[in-house]
Amino acid sequence: MARYLLRRIAFSLVTLWAVVTVAFFLVRAAPGGPFDGERRLPPSVEANLRAAYHLDDPLPRQYGRYLAMLVGGDLGPSFRSKDFSVNELIGRGLPVSLVLGGLAFLLALAAGVGAGTWAACAKDRPRDRLVTIWATLGLALPPIIVAPALVLLFAVGLGWLPAGGHQGARHFVLPVVALALPHAAAFARLARGAVIEVLARPHVLTARAKGLPGRRIVVRHVLPSALLPVVSFAGPAAAALLAGSMVIEQVFSLPGLGRHFVQGALNRDYTLVTGAVIVYAALVLGLNLLADICLVRLDRRASHA
Amino acid sequence: MRDALFGTALARLCCGVLLFAGASALLGPLVSPWAFDAVDWDAIDAPPSWTHWFGTDGSGRDLLARTLFGTGVSLFIAFSATAVSCLIGIPFGLVAGYLGGRADLVMMRVVDGLYALPFVLLVILLVALFGRNIHLLFLTLGAVYWLDIARIVRGQTLVVRGEAFVDAARALGATPLRIGLRHIAPNVLGPAAVYITIAVPGVIIAESFISFLGLGVQEPRTSLGMLIADGAREMRSSPWQLAFPACWLAAILCAFTILGDRLRDAVDVVGGRRRSHDERRTAPFNRAPLPLPPVRGAR
Repeated sequence: MARYLLRRIAFSLVTLWAVVTVAFFLVRAAPGGPFDGERRLPPSVEANLRAAYHLDDPLPRQYGRYLAMLVGGDLGPSFRSKDFSVNELIGRGLPVSLVLGGLAFLLALAAGVGAGTWAACAKDRPRDRLVTIWATLGLALPPIIVAPALVLLFAVGLGWLPAGGHQGARHFVLPVVALALPHAAAFARLARGAVIEVLARPHVLTARAKGLPGRRIVVRHVLPSALLPVVSFAGPAAAALLAGSMVIEQVFSLPGLGRHFVQGALNRDYTLVTGAVIVYAALVLGLNLLADICLVRLDRRASHA
Repeated sequence: MRDALFGTALARLCCGVLLFAGASALLGPLVSPWAFDAVDWDAIDAPPSWTHWFGTDGSGRDLLARTLFGTGVSLFIAFSATAVSCLIGIPFGLVAGYLGGRADLVMMRVVDGLYALPFVLLVILLVALFGRNIHLLFLTLGAVYWLDIARIVRGQTLVVRGEAFVDAARALGATPLRIGLRHIAPNVLGPAAVYITIAVPGVIIAESFISFLGLGVQEPRTSLGMLIADGAREMRSSPWQLAFPACWLAAILCAFTILGDRLRDAVDVVGGRRRSHDERRTAPFNRAPLPLPPVRGAR
């Protein structure tokens, strides 16, 4: 277990380093610099700016300086938003994205597993059909369709909920639902398939023969083993929820991490883009690691895979 | 396979939707009275009417013509990106599966490592930095999606490699290259083709996601994701600008997904044994469900 854990952590760290390196050199290989504005700066001013941000150093030295800063947890100053460091900008955006992604994850897990189990207990009956249709639609339709459609229906049409902003809990209802829907559908399909499979196993027949009530059979004898595939999907799903929130943040004008990333990429704000990619990558890798650890705790065989 | 495509009314409907979308994207611009970038000064932000069936956008451009043009762009990017991913993924999977042993281990470790990367971010980064270029877009998307195909081809190759006819070919003195190309590849490509059709909607979603963020193709060209983004901005005053492209994309994606599900059920073979429908559903999946044992630490 400990060896497995160490190997996985080392693997994640190497991957993170690869992301940092690729992002660093990619951003610097791109045409156009952070100081190309509407008006050309006088050459002396530009030279001074470049010197101030160490952009005139040779690349290997810039890279070394950046890695050293990263190890200290500093993502550097933002090239575009003059008075802010990247840490401050990301520190502002990250909580919004985390709240959004976290709530959507919980909703997707609860709704998906609930609906999937509910459907599996009545295989091929109408409610199973209903859940299957819903899951197919939910998987087929990406947030870029669902989010505007929800706004059109509930905010513009019915006027029940606000269309954007982040002042209170009501503002988070639509974004969370839009973000959770595809993943809830995926969870529902996984849970449905797994529960159907486990329901056919002999130990369930035994439990039924003992005369246990159906609810107890599902909760105590079916779900524990049926949830393994759900857990193995939960890590990647949580990561995808965080990354997928970019569109949602755009539609609902939420000031999250995704907005900073897109803005930074468009403005060639080197440090901001690299910082956002690194934070995203660290989140994704960390969540995958967490899911793997959960999986191994639930099922020892997984550590040999 | 034929049954999966035409067996039920729903499947036939899906085929019809895809054929209609493809044909209208190809032929629409030829017969439409409006070009996708032509401005009708008498109809700025006009709701649907007989002259403009889908209405017009804020610059007075016919939305039907733009939707068809956008469909063409989206489908073009989806199919070329899938082709790129096949060009990388099929040889990679074939070589890994055929060589086996240590080489296979190393090659699949590389794939696992790449799966762990937040790839869409790098695609966005590339497109944002190197300009909004349609070729770059499908090249980078293809470079992301080859991982799935490499895995599938490798899995199939492992199965086919153990068959007697491969031993027979080797006994006759065929070179590894010839065995790979003439004996293994034809038997691997059938199932791989099905997964390729499943990859297409994934690429369409990824492309529309990038276009939605304003990083896709350049104005006045458009794609479905871009039209939806533009429509979403104007949905209060002119909801048709959102509704038509969104429904169009939704129909295409649903048709692809339903057909893909049916095709996968039809060819889902593991270890020479056809898996039942419900059994297949237990396989973990994210972008595209794979007929392989669950792999730890995928994406």
